[in-house]
Amino acid sequence: MRFLFKTAYEQDIRLFRDNIAAAWYGILAVVVLLLPSVLSGYYVGEITWVFIYGICGVSLMVLVGYTGLLSLGHAAFLGIGAYAHAYFLQQGLPWVVSVALAIGITTACGIVVGLTALRMTGIYLAIATLAFGVIIQEVFTRWESVTHGFAGMAVDSPVLFGLQISGVSPFYYLCAAVLVLTLWLTRNLLRSPTGRAWVAIRDSEIAAQSMGVNLAVYKSIAFAYSAALMGLAGALFAHKIAYLAPDIFNILMSIQLLLLVIVGGLGSLHGAVLGAIFVALLPPTIAILRDSIPATLSEFAGATGIGLIGAVGRALGEFLRKPGVEAGIFGLILVLVILLEPLGMYGRWVKIKLYFSTFPLYKRNTFRRQKSYMRSERLR
Amino acid sequence: MTLNGLAVGCIYGLVALGFVLIYKATELVNFAQGDLLMLGAFVAYMAVVSWGLDYWMGFLIAAVAVAAFGALLDMTVLRRVIGQPQFAVVMLTIGLGAMFRTFASVTWGSEIYTLPTPFSGVTNIAGVTLSHQYLSIVAGTLILCGVLYAFFTHTRIGVAMQATSQNQLAAYYMGIPVKLIFSLVWAISAAVAAVAGILLAPVTLIDINMGLAVALKAFAAAVLGGFGSIPGALAGGIVIGLIELYAGATLPPGFKDTAPYIVLLAMLAVRPQGLFGTLGRKKV
Repeated sequence: MRFLFKTAYEQDIRLFRDNIAAAWYGILAVVVLLLPSVLSGYYVGEITWVFIYGICGVSLMVLVGYTGLLSLGHAAFLGIGAYAHAYFLQQGLPWVVSVALAIGITTACGIVVGLTALRMTGIYLAIATLAFGVIIQEVFTRWESVTHGFAGMAVDSPVLFGLQISGVSPFYYLCAAVLVLTLWLTRNLLRSPTGRAWVAIRDSEIAAQSMGVNLAVYKSIAFAYSAALMGLAGALFAHKIAYLAPDIFNILMSIQLLLLVIVGGLGSLHGAVLGAIFVALLPPTIAILRDSIPATLSEFAGATGIGLIGAVGRALGEFLRKPGVEAGIFGLILVLVILLEPLGMYGRWVKIKLYFSTFPLYKRNTFRRQKSYMRSERLR
Repeated sequence: MTLNGLAVGCIYGLVALGFVLIYKATELVNFAQGDLLMLGAFVAYMAVVSWGLDYWMGFLIAAVAVAAFGALLDMTVLRRVIGQPQFAVVMLTIGLGAMFRTFASVTWGSEIYTLPTPFSGVTNIAGVTLSHQYLSIVAGTLILCGVLYAFFTHTRIGVAMQATSQNQLAAYYMGIPVKLIFSLVWAISAAVAAVAGILLAPVTLIDINMGLAVALKAFAAAVLGGFGSIPGALAGGIVIGLIELYAGATLPPGFKDTAPYIVLLAMLAVRPQGLFGTLGRKKV
């Protein structure tokens, strides 16, 4: 059984819910620290992607999940961060200064976009950010003196305070540290008045305004902070991918980032990280399944003597090998998540946890969605 | 040359019209519209080339098939998300679009196809050469708009659709089958997309990504005209088509694809609700 027993208002805004939760996070931290010594280099590299996507996820979660502003152009911020960082490194600036400058530039862009976006809502905002993304991508292609256009731009491994961070494991630790820092900073922001103002804006702009929340200021802050985190992620992204080309940062990338926060679970930082795990690890999983499904099934067919299973396995492997299938699988998962579990992976986790903590008394209707006839967004 | 811009603009306008129809009726924003266009073009290709049917027969088959598919989509998937936040719907249709593209690439492969059409000649009027392909697009758009206008103002179902888009609950109380109307709106919108795809096929050729590029521009068009205004969508489409063409001809490379968006951003900064849009403020 679980007891909700609060004795102080402070308990609502603590960093960790209680000591037990803190202990779990400690265990998670130890696991993350030990992973590189257990896993092979390939897997460590893939998990590094989880950390980088995690930073992107936190960035978009602040904007979409907490402030309720939809952006279809966030790949542009990622690209600006990546290109700015790569450019400043080429100019011979130290790593820390370069990252700081990259963050500064993306923040400035975020403020500009945020100010334009102040008057727009819903679909207009989505299209405006999409337009921004398309324009920035074209800028990456054409501004050859800085970005080298389609010729691309090589990025060396980072040098931190004279220390060359080469190899898979050191970079893994760097990304993990940055992600933890990001999560901590964001969590602190979210439990401060700023974060509560964001949530208020998400839930009802009019109510927030009536309570004295300055919409313009807090929306701009959300955009700027989100863009800054994207810039930071972009800097790490540049190192990880090692070779920048303008068509990486296209609309599909923006959609993938949105998919990350939705599959992970909107409105929670856990969701950002869970979504990052999903987005970063699904392609390698598909690649593994592509080879293992036909093999396993044909083995099974050989053991049981049913030829049909082997044929099905071969057909599945053949199907997964076709170009463009990965996007379709992402699309299918997205559709299923939105239809069946709108709160994403974290929502499902909360339900499972509640089931066990209230064991015999769990009521399915606790999380029942209210059916509204139609909620009009034409009126604001 | 203006005719070319006008023709491409008409295609954008038609796709934007599809967005607006669905949005007005159900408040869902359908990001898969471009992929319905792609499906329409592929079905027409299959009917004309693989089955050896007449062009007009293929045209009809594609429009009806995609319309039925649109209605089915509404009944099975999209009806469930009405009332959910708007971005959930946006993401849902993006996911559907990705699935359609995968379906197309698995079924038809990633080659580029050409659809044979009866419009191939050119006409000279007052020293200006007009290609029949582009003329057919403009004419097709005009006819389709005329038919839709007549349908919405002069038939019982059309008027019922207008009523539903104004106030669902009131329409329901008046005995209008709202669910059926929604499915019909989806069918019409999908059919419009399919027609746009068939008209566009000779110009851009058919491949699995033809819809995406068009849909992004058409979105800009719909927003430019004010989401929710049908004449606005067409006007927006034509404006975007012309801007794209003239920017490509007169400005340095790179502006052809971005000029429509730059105009869109500038316009949204000044008038956030689009040219013909209305944005009410909720009274509490």
